[in-house]
Amino acid sequence: MGIIKARHVAFDYLRMDEEGQVESRSRAVDDVDLDVEAGDFVAILGHNGSGKSTLAKHINAILLPTEGTVFVDGKDTQDESKLWEIRQSAGMVFQNPDNQIIGTIVDEDVGFGPENMGVPQDEIWQRVEESLKAVGMWEYRSHSPNKLSGGQKQRVAIAGVVAMRPKCIVLDEPTAMLDPNGRQEVIRTVRELNRREHVTVLLITHYMEEVIHADKVIVMDQGKIVMQGTPREVFSHVGELKRFRLDVPQATLVAYELQKAGIALPDGILSNEELIGALEAYRKKRQNK
Amino acid sequence: MLRDITLGQYYPANSVLHKLDPRVKLAGTMVFIVSLFAFRSAEAYIGATLFLAAVIRISKVPLKFMLKGLKSIIFLMMLTVVFNLFLTRGTVVFRLGFLAVTEEGIETAVFMAIRLVYLIIGSSVMTLTTTPNDLTDGLEKAMRPLGKVRVPVHEIAMMMSIALRFIPILLEETDKIMKAQMARGADFESGGLIQKAKNMIPLLVPLFISAFRRANDLAMAMEARGYHGGEGRTKMKPLVYRGRDKIAYLLLLLYLVLMFLVNRIGFFAGLI
Repeated sequence: MGIIKARHVAFDYLRMDEEGQVESRSRAVDDVDLDVEAGDFVAILGHNGSGKSTLAKHINAILLPTEGTVFVDGKDTQDESKLWEIRQSAGMVFQNPDNQIIGTIVDEDVGFGPENMGVPQDEIWQRVEESLKAVGMWEYRSHSPNKLSGGQKQRVAIAGVVAMRPKCIVLDEPTAMLDPNGRQEVIRTVRELNRREHVTVLLITHYMEEVIHADKVIVMDQGKIVMQGTPREVFSHVGELKRFRLDVPQATLVAYELQKAGIALPDGILSNEELIGALEAYRKKRQNK
Repeated sequence: MLRDITLGQYYPANSVLHKLDPRVKLAGTMVFIVSLFAFRSAEAYIGATLFLAAVIRISKVPLKFMLKGLKSIIFLMMLTVVFNLFLTRGTVVFRLGFLAVTEEGIETAVFMAIRLVYLIIGSSVMTLTTTPNDLTDGLEKAMRPLGKVRVPVHEIAMMMSIALRFIPILLEETDKIMKAQMARGADFESGGLIQKAKNMIPLLVPLFISAFRRANDLAMAMEARGYHGGEGRTKMKPLVYRGRDKIAYLLLLLYLVLMFLVNRIGFFAGLI
């Protein structure tokens, strides 16, 4: 049974005039089907305005679909009585690290979710300790979040979600405001959570380097899903990705250009190491000739 | 750096006063203020002085920090003193043009000044020994009975703690916007008062916009983490009274009773 199951989801943003009449509507998500299996690491890619963040907010029931249905862990997001259960089973991490930390001390912030759920005090402390250790921020538990780096703040935010023991974590461009070091820090943390704790991860991003480890990549454009598959499958269509205004990892791009120049390299090269390996193999083949 | 400023004016030290439950300190400040205004005799002021001196001593906070708060009220204090001095009717001591200084006027002016000074120092003792977080927690718990008459106590406390968390962030942002506008030739320094106020517009507008955006994001993040008001919420760090808190309450009661007695006796002595 998939943990997230969306069918024909569509969402309209409405622009109201002063009288509250609908002035115009713009479709952000258009007829999307999405299936995520428990334990998967799924990445959603898309250019600005592709509807990827809007789709993400449906999984946490922050937005409700205009058309279609979203089921999270078997619960319909339209069902208001299940709202808090859904928010507990699908945690969400946002883009701006400053705007999602509520507590004035790190451990208080991590405890915020469990406090809301009405978890008994002893267990809150236990959960806070576990989740801060899981993201490697336990030493910073009594710091003020204002004194942490962007990557550290984002890890605290992830710990805050982990402490609610969700089955699935949705990360909405968690690295967009971070420097390269912070980005790596956060992605490493997310991958570890997925591998060790088997938390389902839905990562929304426009950085290609972050998706090469995903089990499945979904590409969105203008509210629709336009490509999906393993990273290797998706990145072998460099031309198409460019049409959706997406960059590909540098190694993939070099391989693609070399292919066009007539050098026979395999499709779907993702990392520098793979590219070097493929080039070595190519050289040997030519020498043998 | 702006982010390093401490809010409120917490002075970290290891004293009994620092460890007391914030509710006790709130109650203590209230008792002290009430005692200042309810009992008005020289003896009572001596009592209040002794109490304040003892508390400052226990708090281990240097006196210098206590007096800092006075700077901001100097103007207010002067005003009160001047008004009391010249506008109280009674036995005239001497005249300055059409203004008469009376015996009663001098008395009230002196007492008023003492009261104001003690009021500020008294509340400084509380803010210097209590972290803003503890203070909010204490206020929430102390005001809980008001929840019965539909005062949104939990919400107020939540707003206060969020404000405390965001003040440094917004300060830093102000700094950033200011520099960005200055780089484009904005001038925040010169001109008269009105011109200066006008110059603040390019600073305030972006600041407000960003504050609203932050509020929107934060609300979404709070909802995503299951926040739905104070109902059914547990506390990670609940306030619990300890032995020392009970002793402190007893001492406060003792102080109040003593002050009452001193005031009475002093009053009667004055009559005779």
